[in-house]
Amino acid sequence: MDWQALSLSLQLAAATSLLLLPPAAWLARLLAWSAWRGRAVLEAAILLPLVLPPTVLGYYLLLGLGGASPLGQAYHALTGRQLVFSFDGLLVASLIVNLPFAVQPMQRSFAAIPRELREAAWVSGLSRWQTFLRIELPLAWPGMAAALALSFAHTLGEFGVVLMVGGSLPGETRTIAIAIYDQAQAFNDAAAAGMSALLLALSFVAVIVVSRLGRSVLRR
Amino acid sequence: MTLSARLEQTAPIPLAAEIACASGELLALVGPSGSGKSTILRCLAGLHRPAAGHVRCADETWFDAARGIDVPPQQRRVGFVFQHYALFPHLSALANVVQAIGHLPPAQRAARARHWLARCNLDGFDDRRPAELSGGQQQRVALARALAREPQVLLLDEPFSAVDQVTRRKLLRQLIDLRRSLAIPIVLVTHDLEEASLLADRMTVLHHGRTLQTATPEAMLAQPASALVARLTDQPNLFEGKVLQHLPAADTTRIEWLGRPLLASHQPAFAVGETVSWLVPEAAVILVREHQSERENTVTAVVSERLAWRGHATVSARVDGRREATLNFAIGAAVAQRRGIVPGASVPLQLQKSAIRLLPGDVAIAGQAGTSGKGHSP
Repeated sequence: MDWQALSLSLQLAAATSLLLLPPAAWLARLLAWSAWRGRAVLEAAILLPLVLPPTVLGYYLLLGLGGASPLGQAYHALTGRQLVFSFDGLLVASLIVNLPFAVQPMQRSFAAIPRELREAAWVSGLSRWQTFLRIELPLAWPGMAAALALSFAHTLGEFGVVLMVGGSLPGETRTIAIAIYDQAQAFNDAAAAGMSALLLALSFVAVIVVSRLGRSVLRR
Repeated sequence: MTLSARLEQTAPIPLAAEIACASGELLALVGPSGSGKSTILRCLAGLHRPAAGHVRCADETWFDAARGIDVPPQQRRVGFVFQHYALFPHLSALANVVQAIGHLPPAQRAARARHWLARCNLDGFDDRRPAELSGGQQQRVALARALAREPQVLLLDEPFSAVDQVTRRKLLRQLIDLRRSLAIPIVLVTHDLEEASLLADRMTVLHHGRTLQTATPEAMLAQPASALVARLTDQPNLFEGKVLQHLPAADTTRIEWLGRPLLASHQPAFAVGETVSWLVPEAAVILVREHQSERENTVTAVVSERLAWRGHATVSARVDGRREATLNFAIGAAVAQRRGIVPGASVPLQLQKSAIRLLPGDVAIAGQAGTSGKGHSP
């Protein structure tokens, strides 16, 4: 078992799912409740990581985050380091890749809140912020928890994009999925099997959590 | 504290409405689905912004398109009961009501919410969630929440449409009791004319977003402004005829209907030869005896339908076998039985001269949107 890789993966997954939650919630509300021109384009753009081959996505991220890109240069100017082949670069890539996993479940649970409920809150005197905290959040939490679980599990298992953007630097970018690949390539079956079983179990738990939360949304 | 509004827009639903409602008054907005009733309510509450017009409550302007004023719903002090109540499903009845009491210090809110629940006959239901309440109880929580805001205006959007008939009667009675103590304008949206007649001081009839007429329920039934209003208020005995002659001395206007002369009270606003609509209220269609069939305004009709309900019979009878000449009237079910009023029976009916009212012909009413009663001129 590559404990360093496991710890790195857990850190990446936790950071990704938590950092992604607020902007994804904002996007989910926007897509659930407002109708405007270009909404379909935004929706499609968010779903893109689901259908693109990870290598294609990874390639564009490599370009977008690389030393020649504005983002890469800005990062270099600030920190003196490169964004690609670093944990931070991996995190940025991970945030983008996981957007659909975070937005989709929340969009569904926000869309399930009738507009009348928000209007009832407004005419009761609740500000938009109070309405969000007291009415929307308690009603949409199953979607938020599902978003957390899904993006956490998906980050643990992400392989192609990680390899393209981060490579396999121990302690910096070698996640557990990459470690499994390395061990399998080296015919180290015992290590690969152990880590694979762990990922399988974690993913299974995440899927169970998501489906239970999904049902509790429907019950309401 | 008077509420007045003029609302205009062309899309998504056309509106050209003008309403006014005084303190303590209950104004019913009636009209078919899609006539803009609910949109008007939403404009009053600040949930929808019309293209033009204004909304004023007492000396406050809540909306004025020309002056760029649009006070958000949070600051309008409106009590709103939604059609499906819109209770917060994750909160108890008490917490639902507490949400509307932001204007009081936190320590006083629960007590005040209990007060309003009690006012709406909901003692002991504090901790129940909406899903654990019956439809009638949910409606009362919604009403308590609306009143707890201590609103300047109470808006009710079809508040009785989602409950069964028996519960509806109970809730109606409670609202009639409750509104006596409310010195604010109350606007009720309903498509149920019986409900409007029971509750409203005045009613406004809407069609395609236009306010056609505002009057007391009695006046609306006795003197609709047009054939359209008569139809929208479900007046059954509405026909077409032609003015034959005015006889002011005899207080009579003679009209022709299906080749027969009919006498109405003198209504000089209509020219001789003009095609008019005319109506006679159900109560003014009198079932007379065979030997009285020579009386004035008496026609013979053949019963086509008899519907009995709780001792009353509603009878439809056709003149000359024509569907468009169907007279409707109500009699006691026992009388109907005794007189042999069954489909196919021939009956003499007298149309009371004084109750026959002439209205502009249907063609003329298409572009008409007159309002009567209180209200501002555009």
